[in-house]
Amino acid sequence: MKHIYRLAALTTAVALGATACSSGSDDEETPEASSSAAAVGADAEPLKVAVVAPSASNDLAFTQSMIDSLNAIGEERELDVDVTDGVFVVEDAAAAIRGYAEDGYDLVLAHGSQYGSSVQEIAAEFPDVAFAWGTAADTFDLPNVSSYTVRSDEGGYAFGVMAAALSESGTLGVIGPVEVGDAKLYVDGFVAGASAQDPSIATNVTYTDSFSDVKLAGEAATAHLSNGADVLTGSAQMVVGATGVAVEAGVPWFGTQSDQTSLGPDIVVASQVYDWTPFLGELFDSIEGGDLGGEVYTATLENGGLSIAYNDGFDLPADVKELGDTAIAGLTDGSVTTGIE
Amino acid sequence: MDDLFSTSIIVATLAAGIRFAAPFLLAALGETLGQRSGVLNLGVEGVMLIGAFTAYYATLQTGQIGTGIAAALAAGLVMGGLYAFITLVMQAEQGISGIGIYLFGLGFTDLLFQKLVGTPLPIQGLPSAPIPFLSDIPILGEVFFNHTVLVYVAFLLVPVVWFVINKTTFGLNIRAVGETPEAADTLGISVNRTRLVTILISNALAALAGAAIALEAGIFQQNITAGQGFIAVALVYFGAWKAVGVMSGALLFGVVSAVVLQLKTVGIVTGAASSLLAMAPALLTIVVLVTVSRRARAPSALSQPFSRAA
Repeated sequence: MKHIYRLAALTTAVALGATACSSGSDDEETPEASSSAAAVGADAEPLKVAVVAPSASNDLAFTQSMIDSLNAIGEERELDVDVTDGVFVVEDAAAAIRGYAEDGYDLVLAHGSQYGSSVQEIAAEFPDVAFAWGTAADTFDLPNVSSYTVRSDEGGYAFGVMAAALSESGTLGVIGPVEVGDAKLYVDGFVAGASAQDPSIATNVTYTDSFSDVKLAGEAATAHLSNGADVLTGSAQMVVGATGVAVEAGVPWFGTQSDQTSLGPDIVVASQVYDWTPFLGELFDSIEGGDLGGEVYTATLENGGLSIAYNDGFDLPADVKELGDTAIAGLTDGSVTTGIE
Repeated sequence: MDDLFSTSIIVATLAAGIRFAAPFLLAALGETLGQRSGVLNLGVEGVMLIGAFTAYYATLQTGQIGTGIAAALAAGLVMGGLYAFITLVMQAEQGISGIGIYLFGLGFTDLLFQKLVGTPLPIQGLPSAPIPFLSDIPILGEVFFNHTVLVYVAFLLVPVVWFVINKTTFGLNIRAVGETPEAADTLGISVNRTRLVTILISNALAALAGAAIALEAGIFQQNITAGQGFIAVALVYFGAWKAVGVMSGALLFGVVSAVVLQLKTVGIVTGAASSLLAMAPALLTIVVLVTVSRRARAPSALSQPFSRAA
């Protein structure tokens, strides 16, 4: 359950060395300057980051989005990352969060909205440790707590536009878990986008009231098909039951949270991918600058926290893709809004 | 056109109800056999999870659904052997032992899934096997005769279980050890051997129920059974320990679930009302349980360990 990996940033050291070279160009002893600067770069304590997450690091959904982002950022800067994943039980997660804080980590990432009260309690006891948690918009007014959230309605809106354009029956089907959080935002965005593209479109939404009931999600997808839906989408981890139905029926699917192409290489049109790299970059910079938090970060298309991954294996008509790209561009530059608060 | 449309919706809803009922039925028929012999197993849910994961993983590795089903049955027998050891040899308290089996199945399958698979990989799901001629009958064909093999197996087991319990010597033994084990023992019936057989069968059927869920969805997820094993145990009481009664309960539960889902899907009920309606099958079960339990009587020796010295 614990993976410890050190990401040695040789490139950082080399870059630092190069900077030292150029700045000290009027000096004769550039080789020493270069090597000592490189040594400083390598010796500087790497940021120690701990992650506590509810599901597996390779869950193709929420947890993986954070691990992938850490790996990506680890290629650019030196990090010492420790992950405890699969901690669904909040009490266990609280113990892990506290343990990391006691062990002197610079930053503890509590990657689950259910961890909020644990973070609130523990962060107050460890004012020198930075904490971040999400998805949430509450920092508890603590200077060492950051939170991060996501405007998943943006990708949902763009997908709604494309789905309405793809649909021949005029009916779309949406499968959600529980009507809260980023799943609800995504679904609301999808409904708004579909209506914006085609006011006469019928977008039927089924919340199964379960994050785990795969069979129910599959039956919801089947029910949508029997109601004439010819494009489907859905959010959260139980949608794998619905993608199976979509694959069997050959019905286009729009995914969210991470790239779901592998669940249906022929039917996944595109996925909205959560990318925490911009957030982590800002957060690491501020921690290294001595500021431990207090900010709320929102991932959007505009700031690169959200991206749209098209599936090349799906034959998306050019005019539909253009509609989608126009919506994405509009949402990115602010000329289009989803209309959702 | 409107009529045709609504007919097709009704047909789809009833067919979904039958699909929902199948895993309940498989697990509950097995539990019925066990309880008639005096063994309570609250671990059905855990065994279903183990069956679901085993079927999924074996199918993922071999590409053969048949291998997946066989592996699930084998895993069910292993769990049955474990439960028999706990309850027959060690004579542990059955209610708590079953909860232990459930927690083991929940945690163990999650661990195995994370370590062996991790990223959810879809498998080829169990295909529908329309029955020739019968599936061509308008309406009835689509509702009853266009399902997967495991759905047919579940419903065919109803007369089989009825026959075994009521018309065979083995069934007589089951009833005897479930009602008056001491008397059965004096007549030379091995109480624990009879119970061992029912435990093995019931665990194999629970694993098959889990396999049906995973193979129909073509995927595995943590806690994929989502409490269906506990509902199956309730359906045994609901059906008054009779195969046909259990089937009626499973069908009622399945069809109500399907209707609720359909009402949500077409947007007739939304928001909080939709969440409340999701409880309808469970509420219905409680209501019927209360009314049925006033009339039906559980096997006298249910959940009582047997030892000759006692």
